[in-house]
Amino acid sequence: MTAFRYALRVFGFVLFVAIVVYLPFRISDFRASEFALIGIYFIAILGLNVLTGYTGVISLGHGAFMALGAYTTAILVADHGMRDLWTIPLAGLLAAAAGAAFGLPALRLSGPYLALTTFGVAVATPIVIKKFDGLTGGSGGINLFEAEGITGLPEFIVTLPGGKVLSFNDWLYYLAWTIALVLFAVAWAIHHSHFGRSLRAIRDNEIAAAASGVWLASHKTLAFSISAFYAGVAGSLLAIWAFSVQPGAFPVDRSIALLVGLAVGGLGSLAPLAAGAAFLVFLPQLAQGISKAPGVPAVIYGAVLIALMIVLPMGVGGLLRWITGPLTSRLYPRS
Amino acid sequence: MAALLSVENVTRRFGGVVALDGVSFDVPAGEIVGLIGPNGAGKTTAFNVITRLYRPDEGRIVFDGHDLLRTPVHRVVKRGVARTFQNVALWPTLSVLDNVKIGAQARRGVRSAEELLEYVGLSGLAHRPAAGLPFGTLKRVELARALASGPQLLLLDEPAGGLNHEEVGELGRFIQQLRADFDATVLLVEHHMNLVMGISDRVYVLNFGRLISGGTPQEVQRDPAVIEAYLGDASAAA
Ligand SMILES: Nc1ncnc2c1ncn2[C@@H]1O[C@H](COP(=O)(O)OP(=O)(O)OP(=O)(O)O)[C@@H](O)[C@H]1O
Ligand SMILES: [Mg+2]
Repeated sequence: MTAFRYALRVFGFVLFVAIVVYLPFRISDFRASEFALIGIYFIAILGLNVLTGYTGVISLGHGAFMALGAYTTAILVADHGMRDLWTIPLAGLLAAAAGAAFGLPALRLSGPYLALTTFGVAVATPIVIKKFDGLTGGSGGINLFEAEGITGLPEFIVTLPGGKVLSFNDWLYYLAWTIALVLFAVAWAIHHSHFGRSLRAIRDNEIAAAASGVWLASHKTLAFSISAFYAGVAGSLLAIWAFSVQPGAFPVDRSIALLVGLAVGGLGSLAPLAAGAAFLVFLPQLAQGISKAPGVPAVIYGAVLIALMIVLPMGVGGLLRWITGPLTSRLYPRS
Repeated sequence: MAALLSVENVTRRFGGVVALDGVSFDVPAGEIVGLIGPNGAGKTTAFNVITRLYRPDEGRIVFDGHDLLRTPVHRVVKRGVARTFQNVALWPTLSVLDNVKIGAQARRGVRSAEELLEYVGLSGLAHRPAAGLPFGTLKRVELARALASGPQLLLLDEPAGGLNHEEVGELGRFIQQLRADFDATVLLVEHHMNLVMGISDRVYVLNFGRLISGGTPQEVQRDPAVIEAYLGDASAAA
């Protein structure tokens, strides 16, 4: 049974990779940029999933770690002439350190109080960024258009053997999705490790976990730190993708959006979280497409979200489990 | 022989309620020791204090030469003390096998999680989520999880909960068998008197947080203080 399911998983992953590699050959340059953004959100949501999906700790402030990652990259590239690629792991590590430093004391708080603390961080983020304007450029942010460290600029156009022209947006797409797939594999490994199992045990029943030898403080702090790492990497990519950072790019909404993407993808799922990321990019467009009257897109967004949560309470991942569940148990009846 | 577990003068209060009131008892290695008492006597509280879920207000707990009160809660099982819960504390979304694996993660026992599921007769349910299984089955999963950590001391809180008369008899033989198979010492909280009296080497009796009796099953059953305590709460005497 396990061998069959394992083969199914490997096949699914290979298919996923193939689609990711092939997609730019079929979509416009503009769409490639959008799909790059989906990859970036996917990374952030994968990270939030480690904390909220597995461990059951709700963070309303992961946009702050994205901001930290974005500003790390922007400052290193713009002010220190660093190559953008090398700043990505640094942004992740810095966010991870900040996550651990915040998580260590904050995780002593229980559910709602912790969530409110993270919310406070999200609210404070744009203000704090503006306050340190010497470093961050204040309200205007940092512009990367002229920066030398951006890989592939100013003229990044490669013609592939098949006649396909690889544009700068294609490059962003492949960069974001290569990292997304690597971090996806890492998340998968976490899911199947002792550590990941312990995190899910904490989510289901903290007392039983502690009594069974799980050290709650260290596990929660590490989960927080890992999820902050993912957010930092996503933020770094966002800075490269947008050629800029501004405080306004990291409002509270950004943190909430990550939770929305996670819920739509399905808490505790992995690959379906990509659907949650796509939702974050495409739904606002869809809403705008229906009507641009003031307030209407927001109402449509909210209505779709409510409808989706009623129809798919476990997200896209839950739907997939529901579809594939009966099939696999029919092939391999267990009791 | 020195006791494997010594509870010394332990007191635990909850507001005005004194759940444990200067309780002392010893659990010698290799024995099955019963801990009985009417509802609310403090039996579960004793387990919670021993496993460090609750801190006692006073007293000492020594296990295998170590002061357990200096052991953080997550280390207790690594020291060799595993437990089950009266109302079952499993992880509902995890598979039955994963539930047991977490026990094995803490301190590798002699047997694997798969072997333990086999031992408690639940191999067929390994990949089912724990949620939705019958109470008696969940109790067995918990037992497998506790055994997976290769405990020296096994604390069982009402393992017969949810079982019928016949199954209670089987459970008694099962507990005796696992003591032999796992070389474990057992501290057993149970309301089924036939079970406790039938398999215990010694029995302690709590009432309103006080230890009112202790000795062999015969001695305890004849003790007027025990009879008095149970007549005061006839429902538990069944
Ligand atoms: N966490 C708690 N908070 C407040 N009071 C508690 C707590 N735990 C136990 N008590 C009280 O302590 C006393 C002993 O409870 P305990 O659960 O130890 O009894 P018990 O002997 O296990 O009873 P039962 O046979 O019904 O399981 C009871 O009066 C109970 O209400
Ligand atoms: Mg009890």
